[in-house]
Amino acid sequence: MTVLDTAQLAQASAPGFPLLTTLIVLPAVGAVVIGFVNARRADTLRLVALLFTTATAALSIWLLAAFDKTGAGFQFVERRTWVEGFGIGWRLGVDGISLFLVVLTGILFPIAILGSEPHHEPKPYYAWLLVLMSGCMGVFLALDLFVFFVFFEVVLVPMYFLIGGWGHGQRVYAAVKFFIFTMVGSALMLVGIVSLVVLTARARGGEISFDLTTLADSQSLATNTARLIFLSFAVAFGIKVPLFPVHTWLPDAHTEAPTAGSVILAGVMLKLGTYGFLRFGLYLFPEAAVWAAPAFLTIGVIGIIYGAVVATMQRDLKRLVAYSSVAHLGFIILGTFALNRQGLSGGILQMVNHGLSTGALFLLVGMIYERRHTREIAELNGLQKAAPMLAAAFTLVMLSSIGLPGLNGFVGEFLILLGAFVAHRWYAVVAATGVILAALYLLWAYQRVFHGAPRNEANATMADLRAGEALALAPLIGLIVFLGVYPKPFLERIEPAVVALVAHVERHAEDFTEPVAVAPPQRSTEDLVRFAEASHEEHEAEAGGEGEGEHAEGGR
Amino acid sequence: MLELVWLIPALPLAGFVVLLLVGRRLGEPFAGWLATLMVAGSFGVAVAVWAGLLAESERFFGQVLFEWVPAGSFSVDVGFLVDPLSMTMVLFITGIGALIHLYAIGYMHGDENFSKFFVYLNLFVFSMLLLVLGDNLLLTFLGWEGVGVCSYFLISFWFTEEANASAGKKAFVTNRIGDWGFMVATFLAFQSVGSIRYADLLTAAPGLPAVTATAISLLLFVGAVGKSAQIPLYVWLPDAMAGPTPVSALIHAATMVTAGVYLMTRTNPLLAEAYDWAPTLIAWVGAVTALLAATIAVAQNDIKKVLAYSTVSQLGYLFLAVGSGAYVAAIFHMITHAFFKALLFLGAGSVIHGVHDEQDMRRMGGLARFMPVTAATFVVGWLAIAGVPPFSGFWSKDEILAYAFDKSPVLWAVGLVTALLTAFYMSRQVFMTFFGRLRYADPTYEEINAGWDAKLVAAQARAADARDAAGTARGDIDAAEERFAAAQAKAVDAERAATAAMQEASSVGDEQLAAARAAVTAAGDDRAARREADRALKALEKLGKDAEKAQAAALKAQDEADRAGAAITTAERLAADAGLMAESEQAAAAKVESEAQQHRPRTAIFDLRQAPDVARVTEHLPEAVAQRREYHPHESPWLMTAPLVVLALGAVGAGLLNLPFSDSVKTLEHWLEPAVFGNERVLGLSGGLQVGLAALAVAGAALGVFAAYAVYLKGKGSRRAIELPILARAWGIDEAYAAVAGGPGRALFAGAAWFDRTVIDGIVNGVAWVVRMLSSRLRVVQTGFVRTYALTVAVGALALLGFLLSRATF
Repeated sequence: MTVLDTAQLAQASAPGFPLLTTLIVLPAVGAVVIGFVNARRADTLRLVALLFTTATAALSIWLLAAFDKTGAGFQFVERRTWVEGFGIGWRLGVDGISLFLVVLTGILFPIAILGSEPHHEPKPYYAWLLVLMSGCMGVFLALDLFVFFVFFEVVLVPMYFLIGGWGHGQRVYAAVKFFIFTMVGSALMLVGIVSLVVLTARARGGEISFDLTTLADSQSLATNTARLIFLSFAVAFGIKVPLFPVHTWLPDAHTEAPTAGSVILAGVMLKLGTYGFLRFGLYLFPEAAVWAAPAFLTIGVIGIIYGAVVATMQRDLKRLVAYSSVAHLGFIILGTFALNRQGLSGGILQMVNHGLSTGALFLLVGMIYERRHTREIAELNGLQKAAPMLAAAFTLVMLSSIGLPGLNGFVGEFLILLGAFVAHRWYAVVAATGVILAALYLLWAYQRVFHGAPRNEANATMADLRAGEALALAPLIGLIVFLGVYPKPFLERIEPAVVALVAHVERHAEDFTEPVAVAPPQRSTEDLVRFAEASHEEHEAEAGGEGEGEHAEGGR
Repeated sequence: MLELVWLIPALPLAGFVVLLLVGRRLGEPFAGWLATLMVAGSFGVAVAVWAGLLAESERFFGQVLFEWVPAGSFSVDVGFLVDPLSMTMVLFITGIGALIHLYAIGYMHGDENFSKFFVYLNLFVFSMLLLVLGDNLLLTFLGWEGVGVCSYFLISFWFTEEANASAGKKAFVTNRIGDWGFMVATFLAFQSVGSIRYADLLTAAPGLPAVTATAISLLLFVGAVGKSAQIPLYVWLPDAMAGPTPVSALIHAATMVTAGVYLMTRTNPLLAEAYDWAPTLIAWVGAVTALLAATIAVAQNDIKKVLAYSTVSQLGYLFLAVGSGAYVAAIFHMITHAFFKALLFLGAGSVIHGVHDEQDMRRMGGLARFMPVTAATFVVGWLAIAGVPPFSGFWSKDEILAYAFDKSPVLWAVGLVTALLTAFYMSRQVFMTFFGRLRYADPTYEEINAGWDAKLVAAQARAADARDAAGTARGDIDAAEERFAAAQAKAVDAERAATAAMQEASSVGDEQLAAARAAVTAAGDDRAARREADRALKALEKLGKDAEKAQAAALKAQDEADRAGAAITTAERLAADAGLMAESEQAAAAKVESEAQQHRPRTAIFDLRQAPDVARVTEHLPEAVAQRREYHPHESPWLMTAPLVVLALGAVGAGLLNLPFSDSVKTLEHWLEPAVFGNERVLGLSGGLQVGLAALAVAGAALGVFAAYAVYLKGKGSRRAIELPILARAWGIDEAYAAVAGGPGRALFAGAAWFDRTVIDGIVNGVAWVVRMLSSRLRVVQTGFVRTYALTVAVGALALLGFLLSRATF
């Protein structure tokens, strides 16, 4: 009841205190404050960045606490007319689909800042990170296509500069690649958005509106038009996810980015694509999504297997983790296009899971890089001897990534595969082999990096986790375990939104009904007792009657 | 009492958490005691719960702790199902687990990661308990993977050795292949039944189409094949012996590896609805695995490897039982096997501990004298596994064979041959380890060969040295000749110079000298003239002296030349000597070589009754041999022997659980009855036939024991005919797997990586290149620097925002 009360309170106070706007604006304010700090005071800069990101994180957790878990619709909605002539509005809201992504964004930024440091020019570095946080929040909270698009574009800029300015090795190549790939997709999506808005307005004979719910509810486009526009969105989101075969920007960007950049890229920014599919793909174009589902299921399965196979052969530890993302994101796409509750809930949960475990993996790889100045697997060996704590943390996060039951990754993967199996059996059967491959590439990498005897002085004397690093990892590890043991608080907040989304798709896509399993029989232990007694009596009768008992096999 | 069931897994979990947090501070031995107490406490609670279940008329009790994964119509709880099957498993897991924990306190003594070992061990027991207590497939799967990851941690516990790390990884990945089947089975069960709770699943089984029941059962069996090490996924278990021995006993013999059999028994109503060929397939996989592993065990020399293949073989028996519909026999043999195999592994650990980490049975023998408790208890385990009445293994194995005969006499025949082989390889192990001559200090085949290699190398080194010396001596002759030639030349020169000086001096003549002297006298007081005259006289006199000097030098040079000439002779003599020396060393080396060819051991399989003759290479043997001579085998501390004694009692008496004589003594059968749901095969054999089969089994066991006695204690027959290299190499199956994985498998993976790097990314960069070519004319606006684009986007976004703000209406 208390949660509900707080929720009502929050709802009631929404006009008075624009929580969602604050979540977007606060980091941006932080960026401005950074602008006034002396560029040489690295510690002060870091402190300011930590302060603003942590405050945002606290707000996001407050949002979580105040969220009404029974509500299927958007909560904390803010609607302000902005550009009346174009039907653009400052429309924000949060539901079970975006809630945990907002919280994830909230907590990953301070962790990324705490867990790594820039080697030069801290001032623009922290400023860009704060801008990035604003942008990410905006993407997840926007309920207006125009606002969404602006934020979707805005996040590119800080990430481009973070990779290009503070990255490693071929950072400029990686940054350019990242930027161009995403721009190509965005350009198509912009065309899609404008077409959608204009055509909808024309069909309805009304005014132009960029409002998401208005557009989703009207569904007034011709089938083929809707499918075409859906594809323009899908290309943009597919590149962002990324899906095979447009994934090659990812290993470069992830590998060359600075640690914090990799954490945010993997933890938050890859979800812009998968979130986009849910919020804008399925919601705006339900018929087209159902139509395209087999293609996306196929691409998802290819991603799972292909990402894992290519990850296995990587020589660079960070690149290996990057390719593992391709596989994990394949799972999320598989769950999304299973178009049932298990698949969708699992997919949304897996977005959070992937953010936690891959974020933590990138942090850990960054910590190894800081100490050894190499990410080459062949250069690293026997690290567990010198750094048992680091090895233990790596082991736990790795097991989460492998999908070990009891840790977070399993719950998401299992629900995805379960949903996919119910919807399209063979996709799930093939995709489940990805679970074997994940164990192969991660355990093999772990063995080469941590096991064995250290073969050189630097590996034998590598420093173990420092207190600050442990502090950055602790919340991630805590959540990894908690989500694996007790995912219910997450799933029950996700579920109403998923149910609403599935119902929306069912309403607007003809011939589509949610693929579901047989209704649960709901037997009790007493039924088991009766069943045992009945089958035993039958068995006795049979044994007695047959004498020789030749046909006893099966005991029917 | 029943309500206490949650405590059973909670205690080891608490132990795990406490040890994880403060284990290092607790240190040795308290960390070990804490872990042991937790498992023992868990056993105590299990006994109480079991008593509670006995007191109830209904043999099923459910307890739900909390809802775990809810999603739509899918929902599973963290909940426990207490029934005869789960409680049977819980009792022997916690009971034997506690004993092995106790043993491990002694075994892991002095290990730098002592407390960490118990962290894993408690986590393992917790996972194993969830596996058997879970009231749904998913919680069982949680335990299933949990024990798998503990197995991974513990196999690679001594992680600095590459081989251990590889073995751990191999175990986990191989198991994951099986887990794929388990997962898909879960999906299918959910789709076709709507629930994966056992209460729903088992009661719904009779209504399922046969094809669905078959699919679910066989997919679960795929999981069981991985976890319980059956063909084709058994290869991880022998490698898993890399872990500390208590781990081998607890995880890789008594508990975890039986999980597959538990799973098949738990879901037996599904298998009952399957097509008839499904259980037959399971029976055959089990029978063939049992036979294959037994043949391999015959040729192993590592004390733990024998037991590992033996475990694979015995697990095969369990699946033969499951496939024959003999669920009670399967559980019965699982229990007796847990006792005697844990006993055998711990006994092997005690031996390894007592002989300084030696695992090669060829270097054991006669150890019964030094470790009487270990030997006596090991003998009990041997008799139990060999199927000698009245030890426990006889009763349980006999029951399986009877059911197998009822299903198919061919299956029974395979089982019987396996039983014979089992008796043989276990007797071989006992005789090689505890009886016969003490071979601890014997050099092995490898060591003797190393000795010969060292001796050969030394002889060849000496020959080479002598050859070098002869070469040097021959070189000395040349040098002496050169010196002689030089001295000779010098002498000739000096002679020539002396002759010239003589000629000059003699040309002066006496008159000239006299004249010069007179000139001096004549000069008188005229100082200048006198000086002049003196100088002339001295010059004349000097010519004479010079000639004399030159003559002396010529003599000396001639002398030196003579000496140089003599040096040549000496050098020639030395060279001749060195040449002789070189020849003799060469001959010696050749002799060593032929000696080596003649006396090197021809085969690795020695006569166990006499020490290998190594007199010729004694001083060249590796140092390890001498070290072993210094070391004395000893019995293990009581912490290790006490569990052996308790387990030995179990190995003797566990047969009492289910004696075949009359219905009233089939305790286990009646106890498990509810959980078998009437799916136990009705045995159609007459009493006489059953006794006859039992007699044949005993005869087989006796034959196996006797054959091993003849070969390994009496030296009759040829060991080489038994320990075939192909068996020692496990039929080459592991190598074949490795060849496929490392060859085509790796190539496929590398091909994909190449494809990604070259083709996919190549297209991307190619497109970029083409675009750049085409847009070169637009250079004025498009500088080609994405940095500029990015800034443009930023500026554009700002401009747009400004524009929108100016138009904004709020």
